[in-house]
Amino acid sequence: MKLRYLVPLILFAALTAFLAVGLSRDPHEVPSPLVGKPAPAFDLPQVATPGERFSPASMKGRVWLLNVWASWCTACREEHPLLMEFSKTHAVPLIGLNYKDQPADALKLLARAGNPYQLSALDLDGRVGIDWGVYGVPETFLIDKNGVIRHKQIGPITEEALRETILPLIEKLNKS
Amino acid sequence: MKRALVFVLLACLAWLASAKEATPLADDPVVEQRLIAISQDMRCLVCQNESLAGSRADLAEDLRRELRELIRQGRSDEEIKTFMVSRYGDFVLYRPPLKPTTWLLWIGPFILLVSAIAALLIYVRGRRNEQAPAELSDQEHERARALLREGEEA
Repeated sequence: MKLRYLVPLILFAALTAFLAVGLSRDPHEVPSPLVGKPAPAFDLPQVATPGERFSPASMKGRVWLLNVWASWCTACREEHPLLMEFSKTHAVPLIGLNYKDQPADALKLLARAGNPYQLSALDLDGRVGIDWGVYGVPETFLIDKNGVIRHKQIGPITEEALRETILPLIEKLNKS
Repeated sequence: MKRALVFVLLACLAWLASAKEATPLADDPVVEQRLIAISQDMRCLVCQNESLAGSRADLAEDLRRELRELIRQGRSDEEIKTFMVSRYGDFVLYRPPLKPTTWLLWIGPFILLVSAIAALLIYVRGRRNEQAPAELSDQEHERARALLREGEEA
């Protein structure tokens, strides 16, 4: 008899649990189907030296980071100091993908705020971004020695994400 | 009569010209129609409650441009779907495919429905059993009578 009165309470608890889980997840973080797959190939001119080109194939044998950024992207400024610090450690090469930006604006920003990138590739029409499943700048991909995407950070890199996810993963991938 | 006909024809031409100007996107109405049919069932990644067909986000416009190109190349709907899913996952589809990770999503509502009906049946059957008319014992009859008498006297 007493159990019957507990039923609504149990249902309520279950509902609350579902809602709590739902609220703690970010609906803007769409898991990428590209993680675990070979990085999509491209061949783009470099922002600073349009005569030279960059292709992910040239990074084979090395663990590297591809950071999608743009001068018009405010969230990118949030992670910029962290990228600057990261580039000083020389842990792995950091390549920029300058997404739907004006090269002049991009260069101006790098001159003012500092350039953490080894180089930035110029994705003027955003086609490469689409191939990489980019839907919100900034995004960062970690690619292993075989050219396979191992991790995708959606939104600005936080100190926590760098310390707890990205750096340990880099260390692991560098060893293998 | 002839004049009137020419006038009507000219009017039609004028309408055609203005129609073309009003819809700069639809340079090929067949492509556009297929684009709308396909992208209506896809989610815009930026404004997630909008369809790819209706969103004005930059990315949606870029994606429509890509899809338009695929349509012009004569790709099938399935190939276009694969193009989107391989980049953004099943999340872009408003009708997710039936596979192990989405079983709960598809079957869940039916499980809830069936269990709710079962609970209702059990409840109704339980009540039917309970409703057997309560017989009063002689002792209780006596007590009831006494109470009623008390009421009359007061």
